[in-house]
Amino acid sequence: MSLQLPLGESGTSFLREVERQSGQHLARCYQCGKCSAGCPIAFEMDYPPHQIIRGAQMGMRDLVLTSRTIWLCAACETCSTRCPQDVDPAGVMDALRRIAYTEGIRSPERDVPLFHRLFLGSVRQFGRVFEVGMIAFYNLFSGHLTKDLIMAPKLLLKGKLSVLPPSRRHARGVKEMFARAEALEGELK
Amino acid sequence: MKYAYYPGCSLHSTSREYDISTKAVCQALEIELDEIPGWICCGASSGHMTSELLALALPVKNLVLAREMALDTAVACAACYSRLKVANKVMRSNGDARVAYVDKTVGSTYRGEAKVKHLLEVVIDEYGLAALRDKVRRPLAGLRIAAYYGCLLVRPPEVTQFDDPEDPTTMERLISALGAEPIDWPYKTECCGGSLALTRTHIVAKLCHDILQMAADEGAECIMVACPLCQSSLDLRQAQVNRQYKTDFHMPVLYFTQLIGLALDVGNKELGLSRLIVSPDSLLRAKALI
Repeated sequence: MSLQLPLGESGTSFLREVERQSGQHLARCYQCGKCSAGCPIAFEMDYPPHQIIRGAQMGMRDLVLTSRTIWLCAACETCSTRCPQDVDPAGVMDALRRIAYTEGIRSPERDVPLFHRLFLGSVRQFGRVFEVGMIAFYNLFSGHLTKDLIMAPKLLLKGKLSVLPPSRRHARGVKEMFARAEALEGELK
Repeated sequence: MKYAYYPGCSLHSTSREYDISTKAVCQALEIELDEIPGWICCGASSGHMTSELLALALPVKNLVLAREMALDTAVACAACYSRLKVANKVMRSNGDARVAYVDKTVGSTYRGEAKVKHLLEVVIDEYGLAALRDKVRRPLAGLRIAAYYGCLLVRPPEVTQFDDPEDPTTMERLISALGAEPIDWPYKTECCGGSLALTRTHIVAKLCHDILQMAADEGAECIMVACPLCQSSLDLRQAQVNRQYKTDFHMPVLYFTQLIGLALDVGNKELGLSRLIVSPDSLLRAKALI
């Protein structure tokens, strides 16, 4: 990881935005690496969690927001439970994902944000997740057309998948709530 | 005993057997479950990973509905449980700027009034293990079970306040009360990768391989879970684990409600055992439990 401080104001304003969104004071992190030691997904990440925190401390916006790490973090909360400095790395990951997602920053892990978009789209439309619909769209848009298809007959046989969406009556007021959340989120910043 | 029941999306789809067995066991224990009318999705990982406000507003909408029922809320899914408890923690806090915005998003004023409990807490702490032991009609004698907690029941501890986050023993006490034998193993709170189930399935297979291997090495004959995402990862993806790692696991993964139901002898049909992908039949037959 090249630790090159970005020039100008943008680095500090990025750090402040991450700190506000996550409610964390990142200067507390002294880079012990305990978060990375316990992280079950670290083996698959481009930067282990403590390097992402370091990147945020140094205002390295591009490196952090385009990393695979922020989308591979499974939010298992092991790091946040163990941090000796009482920092919440999982909360920081959430803040970073939200900034990347809201600003539409392209990531090499594009499937994960696509999944989140379709999941929430399902909740917005039905109030509850309609799995068959969501998976069909996911396979279509991600290009993994036949992913998990092999499991479909068994799941249908076991009554684990419903081909009919949940009743729309659960969705009353949900679309409006999503719209209000979207409008108000800008004000929070 | 009566609770507002929040099943969550999984219990109405891929994990119907958790819903069925929960209802059967609660009926046998005379714990009344009133499903929250009009409940919606808690937002799950997708909510908190992408939206600061939806992460809180979706659970709060459900908690407002539960508050109207004036009952404590019983939650079956560990992931829903976590989201509802995070929301309560934020909404109860003083001076958190998000609170007013969540209220505006949901369209009500909520300050964390609805109490949230996981079904394990309902059965173990509120109903009580001594009372449960009295109801056991068919002890699960000789059955060696690995208690698997996963992440969100125990972490972060300041949110869930469930048990020791590194070495919880709540489920082991339940297993003993049912007459079975809890195994001692170190992977009980490892992550199954549930939130990446659809998108990075090979990661889930790696994590589940390690969990299954450790459970098998320590002599477990089946795994007990309290989360539909843990169950799906370990059960539904077990065939993929076997393909990816050339292993030959046949490790049934049962909900704690199914195992309680077996010990209470509530009837196998009521427990949805046939819906599990890795069938527990031969194991349960060998132990004379079905």
